[in-house]
Amino acid sequence: MATVLKTEIQAPARETKWVGTRPIRPDGVDKVTGRAKFGADLILPGMLVGKVLRSPHPHAKIKSIDISKAAALPGVKAIVTRDDFQDLPSEFVPAGEMMVNYRDIVRNVMAREKVLYEGHPVAALAATSAQIAKQALKLIEVEYEVLPHVIDVLEAMKDDAPLLHDDLFTAGVEPAPSKPSNIAKRVEFAIGDIAAGFAEADLVIERTFDTKAVHQGYIEPHACVASFSEDGQAELWCSTQGHYIVRGHCAKMLGMDISELRVTASEIGGGFGGKTVVYLEPLALALSRKSNRPVKMVMSREEVFRATGPTSGANVRVKIGATRDGRITAAEGELKYQAGAFQGGPIQPGCMAAFAPYDLANVKVVGFDVVTNRPKVAAYRAPGAPISEFAVESVIDELAKKIGIDPIDFRLKNAAKEGTRTAYGPKLGPVGLIETLKRIKASEHYHAPLKPNQGRGIASGFWFNIGGETSVSINVNEDGTVTLMAGTPDIGGSRASSCLMAAEALGIDYDKVRPIIADTSSLGYTFLTGGSRATFSNGVAANEAAQQVIKEMCARAAKIWEIPADAVRWEDGMAKPAGANAGDFEPLSFAEIAKMAGKTGGPIAGHAHLNAQGAAPSFGTHLVDLEVDKETGRVTILRYTVAQDAGRAVHPAYVEGQYQGGAVQGIGWALNEEYIYGPDGRLQNPGFLDYRMPVASDVPMIDTVIVEVANPRHPFGVRGVGETPIVPPMAAIANAIEQATGIRFTELPMSPPKVLKAIEANGPG
Amino acid sequence: MAHVVLTRNLAQFTDGESELELEAANIRQLLRELAARYPRLEPHLGDGLAVAIDGEIFQDAWLEPIPAGSEVHIIPRIAGG
Repeated sequence: MATVLKTEIQAPARETKWVGTRPIRPDGVDKVTGRAKFGADLILPGMLVGKVLRSPHPHAKIKSIDISKAAALPGVKAIVTRDDFQDLPSEFVPAGEMMVNYRDIVRNVMAREKVLYEGHPVAALAATSAQIAKQALKLIEVEYEVLPHVIDVLEAMKDDAPLLHDDLFTAGVEPAPSKPSNIAKRVEFAIGDIAAGFAEADLVIERTFDTKAVHQGYIEPHACVASFSEDGQAELWCSTQGHYIVRGHCAKMLGMDISELRVTASEIGGGFGGKTVVYLEPLALALSRKSNRPVKMVMSREEVFRATGPTSGANVRVKIGATRDGRITAAEGELKYQAGAFQGGPIQPGCMAAFAPYDLANVKVVGFDVVTNRPKVAAYRAPGAPISEFAVESVIDELAKKIGIDPIDFRLKNAAKEGTRTAYGPKLGPVGLIETLKRIKASEHYHAPLKPNQGRGIASGFWFNIGGETSVSINVNEDGTVTLMAGTPDIGGSRASSCLMAAEALGIDYDKVRPIIADTSSLGYTFLTGGSRATFSNGVAANEAAQQVIKEMCARAAKIWEIPADAVRWEDGMAKPAGANAGDFEPLSFAEIAKMAGKTGGPIAGHAHLNAQGAAPSFGTHLVDLEVDKETGRVTILRYTVAQDAGRAVHPAYVEGQYQGGAVQGIGWALNEEYIYGPDGRLQNPGFLDYRMPVASDVPMIDTVIVEVANPRHPFGVRGVGETPIVPPMAAIANAIEQATGIRFTELPMSPPKVLKAIEANGPG
Repeated sequence: MAHVVLTRNLAQFTDGESELELEAANIRQLLRELAARYPRLEPHLGDGLAVAIDGEIFQDAWLEPIPAGSEVHIIPRIAGG
């Protein structure tokens, strides 16, 4: 049973009517009735079907591409290859998870000199039917010179490893290397004196962990429809976390002015960071421009697995020292993350987040960003943090057990709090980690008895959260209802939460506020939905837009009453005289002023365009019970509780959904999910039958505890909540399996064959 | 004056100097001052950075004031999924 706990809201203390309630979701009916339009649902007159020819090789030079036979096939209307996209110079820009390089985007969307992973696009075509398109793909002749490949991160770091890019020199190393390698970057974060810290320790534990690449697993594959007109204008509909980002990338790749491209975000069937980049969209636009016809492109699940970003697989070494009384004296980490075919994996946030749940004086974390012959990694919910914190939280658990301290007490003794200096430098503001630990410790779950072969595990997690560029418009309709326009595709409930915050600020009912996600030509630039920023940033912007509306409402009331504007105050959604001296007037409601808007100066609206600052991190703690079948190695999750600081839960049901979804996604990452490559460098499990994600029958109801330590920099106290829940599950589950079996697993996933093998190797008992 | 702290990666371009006192009214001035003082650092002071002022992280906020006596950290840009 989900529960909501309210702790003291430190600031701002604010009574709310709508924020914190659970009304019906504005998009709910369309989604449960099948009326909602997702990426593949748009159909336009004369629309063609686009398909992609992908490389069968993980690494090869492209010697030639002959499209003549395919072009001659009746029904084929356009074909594009590397020759149809201009090369772009190396230029790093912020986009989604990390900095991306346009030179690499061009090459990832369509291979140029080489293919760098199985599934790398080599050509794309548009035809009058899917059948003709598939037939035509077989007629494209590509001559490859196959090259040696490298899949594993440690293999890729060796001096004699096959080299993906002969112009890639390790950044972050002084002096700069003279030879290229697969190591794109070395990063380091440190505070204090690591050697002195370890010298103080009574106990030091050092372990090395391996994690596999895992996919975001969104249910809706990538899909888009592009329509170019003869005058050079284009429209694009796509399933994306950021249609303004898509617009920018596509305009750059196709040599268009940004104003020539209008992008509309469809409803989105999951993203988790994986829909912050472009794959099909530039191809569909190029095919549409060439054919003068609308082009729809939809990936198969196999294409999603073979060619879109998973997150990194990694090798992580962690060393932590502590005193006998449970004080951590030093912590060290070395992280090696796969970036996939192009540089730019989540190594920096992985390093920065690794030890964030702890108040430590001596920390050193070194990370390496390593290219391999795999699809380029994309953002995946708290990018990089689940990997490093899996390793750290496993060692923390082991230290607590060896010292003989309850794992929650050990964490409480070392927990990050307001004023803690992070390993990456700045001190934390008010945070709620300690509250989550205390709530878990006080829960009935933590004290419930366990049976044989069952184990209980705990782990904490952290994510930064961000703000960013955001536009929101509020248009007041003539009957006093309101339309709220936002630019963040709604993945996790941002429409409902934005409406709740707008209703709260305006003092009107929630059901009078209807939201839309505006297209790129209707509303100012808005950064993508990612970094747990949408509810945070939209709240800042919606509040500002609402204040503009209120100011105008008061001005209109003043005109009606023929008194000065500053003699009117706004209270409970009504304009009232500010005091006895202002005059004796009956309050005017929001709807009454809206009805008279045309006669008092015209339509009333508010608009905010800002770069939202003041995002605050969220900490969470997860508790899991499980049972290990020692005959099969299967792990069954019995019970699971998530406690996390939301700052302020605007729509608690959505917050609980984020907590529950993160836990379930983490259960899959912990127990089953992995990319399996053959010796030929080809992915062997590109489908949900062999890439095993959890389904409802695999998991119990996930209990939730919402802790609220308000973010003082947000008008409603909000912190982002979407990413932190994916961070603790892997370690919590590993710690529980250790308690059930006595075996410390250091490799993900802890799938039945691996668990069984370890149990058998460990002997009976 | 603000107390400015650089990550170890950035300190590679300042001959190892990772902490310094610097006069800057806002983030843009801070970045300019750093670039003027350490020319090798300039190419690394672009879009990939965030600036924390007394613990609060700012991104793309050139005009954010830096109060006197602040502790300022130059760190990698934060994003997410």
